[in-house]
Amino acid sequence: DTITVREALNQAIDEEMERDESVWLLGEEVAQYNGAYKVSKGLLDKYGPKRVVDTPITEMGFAGIAVGAAFHGTKPICEFMTFNFAMQAIDQIVNSGAKTHYMSGAFAKCPIVFRGPNGAAAGVAAQHSQDYASWYGQIPGLKVVSPYDAEDAKGLMRAAIRDPNPVIVLENELMYGVSFPSTSDMTSRDFVVPFGKAKIAREGTDITIATYSRPVGFALEAAELLAKEGISAEVINLRSIRPLDLPALVKSIKKTNHLMTVEQGFPQFGVGSEISAQIMESEAFDYLDAPVCRVTGADVPMPYAQNLEALALPDTEVIYRQAKRVLNIE
Amino acid sequence: GEDTVTFEFCDRTFEGYNIEIPSRTLTMSKTEAVGLYREMQMVRRLEMAADSSYKHKLIRGFCHLCTGQEAVPVGIEGAITKDDAVITAYRCHGFTYMRGATPVGILAELMGRKDGVSKGKGGSMHMYAPNFYGGNGIVGAQVPLGAGIAFAQKYKGERTCTLALYGDGAANQGQVFESYNMAKLWDLPVIFVCENNKYGMGTAAGRAAANTDYYTRGQYIPGIRVNGMDVLAVRQAVAYAREYAVESGPLVLEMKTYRYGGHSMSDPGTTYRTREEIQHMRSTSDPITGYKHRLLETGATTEEDLKVIDKQAKKEIDEALAQAKAIPEPNGSELWDDVYVKGSEVPYLRGRVPEETHYYNVD
Repeated sequence: DTITVREALNQAIDEEMERDESVWLLGEEVAQYNGAYKVSKGLLDKYGPKRVVDTPITEMGFAGIAVGAAFHGTKPICEFMTFNFAMQAIDQIVNSGAKTHYMSGAFAKCPIVFRGPNGAAAGVAAQHSQDYASWYGQIPGLKVVSPYDAEDAKGLMRAAIRDPNPVIVLENELMYGVSFPSTSDMTSRDFVVPFGKAKIAREGTDITIATYSRPVGFALEAAELLAKEGISAEVINLRSIRPLDLPALVKSIKKTNHLMTVEQGFPQFGVGSEISAQIMESEAFDYLDAPVCRVTGADVPMPYAQNLEALALPDTEVIYRQAKRVLNIE
Repeated sequence: GEDTVTFEFCDRTFEGYNIEIPSRTLTMSKTEAVGLYREMQMVRRLEMAADSSYKHKLIRGFCHLCTGQEAVPVGIEGAITKDDAVITAYRCHGFTYMRGATPVGILAELMGRKDGVSKGKGGSMHMYAPNFYGGNGIVGAQVPLGAGIAFAQKYKGERTCTLALYGDGAANQGQVFESYNMAKLWDLPVIFVCENNKYGMGTAAGRAAANTDYYTRGQYIPGIRVNGMDVLAVRQAVAYAREYAVESGPLVLEMKTYRYGGHSMSDPGTTYRTREEIQHMRSTSDPITGYKHRLLETGATTEEDLKVIDKQAKKEIDEALAQAKAIPEPNGSELWDDVYVKGSEVPYLRGRVPEETHYYNVD
């Protein structure tokens, strides 16, 4: 049995709406159109317009409305058609959503999920191709997760909806249609992927490759190529950006003595930068046989032309080559 | 009867935009009428205490006083129930008090003490009380939040409403119009209340707004302009608006008011307006003095009784201030509390150096 990432997200939202009357969904095209990427397909028919709400194109306004509704005892799932558009709403996410619980001395709770596709799609150029993991990952008060496969998608989405804090779920448009095996665990109504726990996507002993979202697939492919040359790479699917599973990284480094991070985001002040810093500050530093290496998106706005776009994003080949460089293997 | 008093409003008290104006007579019990006076006096005394504490360096950072605007929070509270919700921007002390916080809690918050209404973590701009959602520091952001609270009220079938307050400065924020639009589309029980005190910080309303008739700016949402220096007019208009909002959806109220002080403590408030203007407003439109005359004219109470109230208010606030000053600062460990909901924290948060990293007891 297989299931797509899209179906997994849809099931998690559907099942949680069924379980909890206070959960509702809003966003552009989520209701009558069934979602710009069909993640909310069928939900309007099942739950009606009270709980599945089409908004006008007005991100700052509807993000603020969602946060206000969370303050007053409902649990909104706020879809952004892409996280690129959430920049219009980032004040409401950060200043209203993430900080009010603290500023109010726990008076106001904000159980809300902000979700939508993040990072690069294909051929959509600079304004629609940015990874916001490091932006939101910086903010105390937020939790930030980024699923790779269907299991991640279902389990993290359910955990996000059940969490009493504001949670950012960074999905990836190019993964929505990808099928993965459907495990029996996943069909359980209580299947959750806990935040802050990375998954070892492939075990290895020579180098640790830590990544999240779509590049997990590239890293697994690169590991396969490396294996053919007798190099054993351990691929860690971070799943969670904030909290970051530092213990899992430390444990892996103690085994492999090498760390490489992979992300689609910009290099400066990115997820890889943060992991490097945390590793420097941890006991794992003493176990490193080479400096931590970051594989990232190029430090340029995303170009449109296919060949240039390819040069701006890490792929299997780049990860494979760089892993050998880190290990100093010709 | 002998226990009630009836007030009449003059012609210019209300101005309607696509809606009938509220009734021009208001009858209430003498007790309630005198209560409104008492509360305005409490709010003023509270702000005077904040003012002097600031000048004594007991209060840090920004501090925005509502002196002159007391009729707005007091009139609103007189017209709504505890189940209705209120949200405003940073000029929030009066609302916090009227929603049920104690003067000690407010003054302690201003001084960053542990028993402040927000445990000393919010300060002047971030105060809360039951069904009062702050106290918000970003100009205009509270307006969609208020519409969202109204969304939740309707979602839960509460038959209550939310008052989302903003100043004449914030009225020009795009998100205010985004909120108008969705509130009307979805018939949300929200009352948008523009406190027009004539200046957004140091910018006169007419220099910032192409249309300064704020009560008409909802376009497809009806509006009422209210004399916001008259506590009875505020109470009357809000009672009327509350009924409308719960039954029919959003409404805009413009409260014409005036702040005596500067925008905040660092603004003398005299560079963009004349001392004569401030003096004129104080002598002709003061909400407390004006209301006092009406109470005496209608025979609702006596001069002696009001003097007792004045003294009592001063005494209560003086005592609250002394109490607040005696409260210690928050414990250092409080730094880490409430970033996340208790029991759902992330495993650790870093301090200034790795050694200060705080670990939570979570699985």
